Amino acid sequence: MVHYTQTRFDASFAALSDATRRGVLEQLGRADASITDLAEKFRMTLTGIKKHVGVLEQAGLVSTEKVGRVRTCKLGPRRLEEEGAWIERYRQLWDARFDELDNVIKELKRKEKTDGRKKKE
Amino acid sequence: MDARRKSEVAPMKNRTTVERKSEREIVVTRTFNGPARIVFEAWTKPELFRQWWVPKSVGMSLLSCEMDVRVGGGYRLEFAHGNSQMAFFGTYKEVTPHSRLVWTNDESDGGAVSTVTFEERGGKTLLVYHELYPSKEALDANAGMENAMAETFAQLDELLVTLGASAGRS
Repeated sequence: MVHYTQTRFDASFAALSDATRRGVLEQLGRADASITDLAEKFRMTLTGIKKHVGVLEQAGLVSTEKVGRVRTCKLGPRRLEEEGAWIERYRQLWDARFDELDNVIKELKRKEKTDGRKKKE
Repeated sequence: MDARRKSEVAPMKNRTTVERKSEREIVVTRTFNGPARIVFEAWTKPELFRQWWVPKSVGMSLLSCEMDVRVGGGYRLEFAHGNSQMAFFGTYKEVTPHSRLVWTNDESDGGAVSTVTFEERGGKTLLVYHELYPSKEALDANAGMENAMAETFAQLDELLVTLGASAGRS
């Protein structure tokens, strides 16, 4: 059984609800970056980008480390895949259900065809 | 035409997509190779419904399945999993033949309202299944439950891969 605490879910879905923050994650997926890099890339003030990074950091999606005067951001201990995995497992359940439903539909169609033929005869 | 048809490979399996639309909503879509009339029938006749709702791979068995598909009518599904049993039940809120069903899930306070629509396009049916939860916490909690079932599939998948690998390429 897989356990996720609700707060982790809340924090990460909130973090992912914003286009800039999703952009930051994409960017960090390619390479680590400083706050200044990100501010330039997303044309935001340092304060603005810090806020977004803060939200991502709280959700565990990004971690930051300050070396000297530069704060470097990278993808956090929690990867996006965790969210993706949750949805994927849910999809697998429905996919398996619907594969069975395909068989039921196929059978009903076959029956309808033979019944129709009988009526014509 | 016939020659061409013969040379065509078997049609690819229709893809099931899942999207979390909002904090409280999740949407599953899938196309079926049959008219809406037939897909609707498979969803509303208990003897047909029970053939597909609990996939074989899930390791659970459906003990009973009662469905009174009309507005205000109820349903009740009872499952066994090992030594434990559980029941899912609720009431149909909307029943529009061949196009739309809405029902409640009353087994818990956090149960969703489920809506399924069937839209026929050229002999095929686009099915959209939508769950609306009372709160995001309720959706997350339920996701855990569905996960427990889906987890079983994942284990089975792994087992099949292992078996497939040991049996050589198939």
